[in-house]
Amino acid sequence: MTENKQGQPSYKKRSTLPEVWRRFKKNRRAVVGLVILVILILVAAFANFLPYDPYKQSPSEALQTSSWSHLMGTDEFGRDILTRVCYGARLSIFIAFLATAFACVTGTILGAIAGYYGKKVETIIMRVMDILLAIPNMLLAIVVAAVLGAGAFNMMLAVAISNVPHYVRLMRSAVLSIQGQEYIEASRSVGATDWYIIKSHIIPNCLAPLIVQVTTRVGAAILICSSLSFIGVGISPPTAEWGAMLSKGKDFLREFPHLTVWPGLAIMITAFALNMLGDGLRDALDPKLKT
Amino acid sequence: MQETILEARHLKKYFPTSKGMLHAVDDVSFRIGRGETLGLVGESGCGKSTTGRVILRLLEATSGEILFDGTDICKLSKAQMREKRKDMQIIFQDPYSSIDPRKAVFEIIEEPLRVKRVCKTKQELAERVYELMELAGLSKRYINAYPHELDGGRRQRVGIARALALNPKFIVLDEPVSALDVSIQAQVLNLLQRRQEEMGLTYLFISHDLSVVKHISDHIAVMYLGQIVEYGDYQSIFKNPLHPYTKALLSAIPLPRIDLERNQILLEGDVASPIDPKPGCRFAGRCRYKTELCTKAEPEYTEYETGHFAACHCCKD
Repeated sequence: MTENKQGQPSYKKRSTLPEVWRRFKKNRRAVVGLVILVILILVAAFANFLPYDPYKQSPSEALQTSSWSHLMGTDEFGRDILTRVCYGARLSIFIAFLATAFACVTGTILGAIAGYYGKKVETIIMRVMDILLAIPNMLLAIVVAAVLGAGAFNMMLAVAISNVPHYVRLMRSAVLSIQGQEYIEASRSVGATDWYIIKSHIIPNCLAPLIVQVTTRVGAAILICSSLSFIGVGISPPTAEWGAMLSKGKDFLREFPHLTVWPGLAIMITAFALNMLGDGLRDALDPKLKT
Repeated sequence: MQETILEARHLKKYFPTSKGMLHAVDDVSFRIGRGETLGLVGESGCGKSTTGRVILRLLEATSGEILFDGTDICKLSKAQMREKRKDMQIIFQDPYSSIDPRKAVFEIIEEPLRVKRVCKTKQELAERVYELMELAGLSKRYINAYPHELDGGRRQRVGIARALALNPKFIVLDEPVSALDVSIQAQVLNLLQRRQEEMGLTYLFISHDLSVVKHISDHIAVMYLGQIVEYGDYQSIFKNPLHPYTKALLSAIPLPRIDLERNQILLEGDVASPIDPKPGCRFAGRCRYKTELCTKAEPEYTEYETGHFAACHCCKD
């Protein structure tokens, strides 16, 4: 607390970020998740500096296991698996984040509209979302991807569309529960406009569950992307993508398991890190948990 | 009586439910004089909070008129109503849900000032917030505190500071102390009374606790199932209650003596459903003086003594 000239304690905008960080730090698993994620992003960003080309084939070096020159070994065309996993991180993380961002923005807007205006609008939006939710997430993504055709952009779209209903439901319920609070009424009773109330009460109070949802759903998006590529409706094999690498490697699963183990591990670790991070954020963003 | 600041005429608020219309407030009329306190008492679910919210147009009335300073606020447009709101404020029952958990005390109290653009400079704004905190009896060191760091009494004081921010003329107190400890209740009530005297405020004090209402009110209205069954100044209500429901309520006030013989009137049966109520007196099902007339005709709201009204068929005797 700071004091001004008259010795009165004065108001100082206490940013919530240091507070959130302080609580976040206490959760060791969440910090581990964050560290892993940061490493993955760095790896993806600096993949160019690796000594090998992810696409250049050298048949003479095909199907080697781990060695000092190829830490994760090589695949059936003699390409370095470590390099391909790193390039794959770039693609997977990029697509997953983009798909989640797209789903989050669309879903949040639709959910807020449904929650705020209610009645017919709500019924229409929510019933459509219910239909989408009735189809398993993965199946829906496969259908969308199959209709749109293979390719990175279409896959992103497929993952995004299959994720939208989760955000709509989350946002709608958040808006509904906040609208019933008396502080919204109090704000209205001093003559605040709808927009003021949305901006200064509803959005800040909805943000925490949304951030948590985003982090955990990115992990799911990575899994779906890889699965789509694995079954061949996502990114097709020559491209370095984890799911596509798994798909190719399964032909050699008995003799050369390292072709599938490394990209599989990469997928697992990424999803794991994102889930731990999401869990940590959930606790850190709740102002009522004081510890 | 003082000149009227607020008058409700035939106020009705019905809520549609799947079973029919819920008559939350059913033809309620009353007036409050400037600088006075009207205590509105009744059991939970009788529509007293709804009445308070309808009066501030936080809920739209189904029909009826609300005259505030001579203008019918039900007819005002949204923008005109926003302007009018600075004269009419509300203090809520639950200090845990009536302030935004994500805002510091300063931000909560400055909200009305900011919304209405009352203060021109930051310095002015800060000084006004200090002044309000002092008026609400809140130490300045809480200026940066978040609601979860305060106890119930202090949170309620934040709510009071916010309600006083725009210098209102009229405040609805919706059970302002019922969520607080008894020791804090008295402090907050005294605070509210002091502010009333200094600022010439008019209160509509909603409560289910007659001993609290007695402490603060000039007039008392007793509500039962959406209707006012008895109205009068506080002395006549306490000394000479007319309606059998009021009598029962008064006999339920705990007395701080254990050796005293008391004949408590215990009400039997349940409150009738407020959904599409049957004709006749609403209290008939629980009334010990019930006659055949009570189940058929709705009792007239009659003046039995000067300024003392009741709606009951049996009061005449």
